[in-house]
Amino acid sequence: MTEPQRPHPVVQLTLMRLREMMREPGALFWTFGFPVLLSVALGIAFRVKGPEPVVVGALPGVTVQARDALASGGVQVRPLDEAAAKAALRSGQVAVVLVPPARPGEPFTYGFDPARPEARLARATVDAILQKAAGRQDRLAVRDQEVSEPGSRYIDFLIPGLLAMNLMSGSMWGIGWVIVEMRVRKLLKRLLAAPMRRRHLLFAFGLSRLMVIPFEIALILIFARLVFGVQVAGSYAALVLVSLAGSASFAAIAILVASRAQNTQTVSGLMNLVMLPMFVLSGVFFSSTHFPEVTRPFISALPLTAMCDGMRAVMIDGAGLAGTLPYLAVLAAWGVVSFVLGLRWFRWG
Amino acid sequence: MNTICPDAEPALLCRGLRKIYEAGRGSGRKRAGAVLAVEGLDLTIARGECFGLLGPNGSGKTTTVEMLEGLLAPTGGEVKLLGMDWAHDESRLRERMGVALQETRLPEKLTVEEVLNLFRSFYQRPRPLQALLADVQLEEKRRAWVVKLSGGQRQRLAIACALVAEPEILFLDEPTTGLDPQSRRQIWGLVAAYRARGGTVLLTTHYMEEAQRLCDRVAILDRGRLIRLGTPAELIAGLGAEHVVELELEAGMGALDEATLRSLPTVTEVHLSGEGVWALAAVEPERAVPALRALLQERGQHLLRLGTRKATLEDVFVSLTGRALRDD
Ligand SMILES: Nc1ncnc2c1ncn2[C@@H]1O[C@H](COP(=O)(O)OP(=O)(O)OP(=O)(O)O)[C@@H](O)[C@H]1O
Ligand SMILES: [Mg+2]
Repeated sequence: MTEPQRPHPVVQLTLMRLREMMREPGALFWTFGFPVLLSVALGIAFRVKGPEPVVVGALPGVTVQARDALASGGVQVRPLDEAAAKAALRSGQVAVVLVPPARPGEPFTYGFDPARPEARLARATVDAILQKAAGRQDRLAVRDQEVSEPGSRYIDFLIPGLLAMNLMSGSMWGIGWVIVEMRVRKLLKRLLAAPMRRRHLLFAFGLSRLMVIPFEIALILIFARLVFGVQVAGSYAALVLVSLAGSASFAAIAILVASRAQNTQTVSGLMNLVMLPMFVLSGVFFSSTHFPEVTRPFISALPLTAMCDGMRAVMIDGAGLAGTLPYLAVLAAWGVVSFVLGLRWFRWG
Repeated sequence: MNTICPDAEPALLCRGLRKIYEAGRGSGRKRAGAVLAVEGLDLTIARGECFGLLGPNGSGKTTTVEMLEGLLAPTGGEVKLLGMDWAHDESRLRERMGVALQETRLPEKLTVEEVLNLFRSFYQRPRPLQALLADVQLEEKRRAWVVKLSGGQRQRLAIACALVAEPEILFLDEPTTGLDPQSRRQIWGLVAAYRARGGTVLLTTHYMEEAQRLCDRVAILDRGRLIRLGTPAELIAGLGAEHVVELELEAGMGALDEATLRSLPTVTEVHLSGEGVWALAAVEPERAVPALRALLQERGQHLLRLGTRKATLEDVFVSLTGRALRDD
């Protein structure tokens, strides 16, 4: 039997990583299954629904005419006694409680919580219907036009964030955790006992991520497109660039986090310490503009914020390569600093 | 038996090798727990020799071997391997040596041949896959995942990884610990075959039988120090007696004392183990045993067990340190 040509160590090391991943059902799920499930769950929870019906509670004594007028105006009316009405108001089951006049000639009373936007809306709706039924005339002619811009829905905001989050976790777990596992198993030491070059191993880690990233991106994008009609407004090249820069940056952070950890509990604790605050602050699920103004510069400097914002700039605002430069700069800074420190502190044994 | 050439340049040489582990690994405490693991070790291993490092748990075998392998920085001392040193010739040395660490867990979901091909890719001149598989008798398992291999098969794979490029020197750290007797014999066979091809071996073990069978010379380590060095036969001869009489009294039969036992004819060493078994090193057991029986009869003490065997390196260790070699 003739031996095939000796393969390059980088090829063999990359194959090792890819094989280990493909043969590990858990790893496959977290890389590919989980982000899809998450986007389905959040997409459904925040899908654009038809207008919510207005629900009001009516105390005994509200006239049949008033109830009919409300019902024909699309308002759901629930007859309630006083105690039940209070409870329903508190729990938000009804937005407004209608209290009939105690004596003829006295006014109707609307009970509602003005701090709730939907309660104010319900009060205005109920009032308009009752006033009209009582004979009020509209003086101004108006017409409604219903609008739903693609790109303005929650799912359009969410998908770029999910993409960024997924690439971050992929790099952190796929490199940080794997390095520490190899250290615990003494595999790192064993590889070093052979004439393996250290840079070949690091190279292979990067390369194996590089081979998986296109599939991760494509899966989420195709899925979001087919199921939710999410579009990429800007250039795909810019999207790929942000993805690669972000992944590389987080790969470097992963090397730093894993540089000294002697067991997998330590490294997973450290990685959560790095990632969890960013899940909250960087605006993966909700816009980070809700945080106070003073925190804004700090939040924008986080690598996940840069990746999320870069993704959104491309997918929603249609940015091209030039538009992503500020985000790329932030990612590059994190990547370079982490890589240099990570290599300096790295323990092979 | 292959030839050992003591005059030629040695395969391995170390002088004054020392290792102190600084405290604070993992914990934040300061210095308090620094460990002196190896204390000034001098070794010379000839080409073609099989050299054994023997010692109980924690005696510094792994620390020593990893310093020799260039995987752990010594605190002091010098190492010359195949005439080169680690500071200047690391990449050349790595090409020419093979290593099986104590307990490496190879990638579990790779197959045997994938693992071997991975290691083959690191060397300039790897041996053919087929030959490697044949050497370690894993041809049938070539497509099996590492995680599906038995302990013995895994250990053979680890040794195959060390033999990938036909090294000039092979380091084996406890190659047979925890294996069944059959797997152990298979690994002894591998080592013998490698030596027959002219290789030099440094192995560590706490199995005396293994050292006696495989090693031309052994060094006994205890608490980081070399306490004896020589061929197995020399070390046993150093006991002053080639036989060991072991005896155990029935429960409730009173006690024996060391002085009495030592006064038996031809007995040179007496040792009581934790389990209440006396071991007497005797030059002529055929004289010592009748005297022992007479003594016990006189005292009305009954034996639970009495046996005679040839002295082993284990006895050498016990006589040197007063402790058993294995605490497992
Ligand atoms: N990384 C480390 N940090 C601190 N102390 C260590 C370290 N590694 C080993 N030691 C200590 O150094 C001493 C020698 O350990 P070593 O592993 O060399 O022994 P060994 O002879 O190989 O033991 P075994 O037969 O159990 O494998 C022990 O006391 C051990 O606790
Ligand atoms: Mg050891």
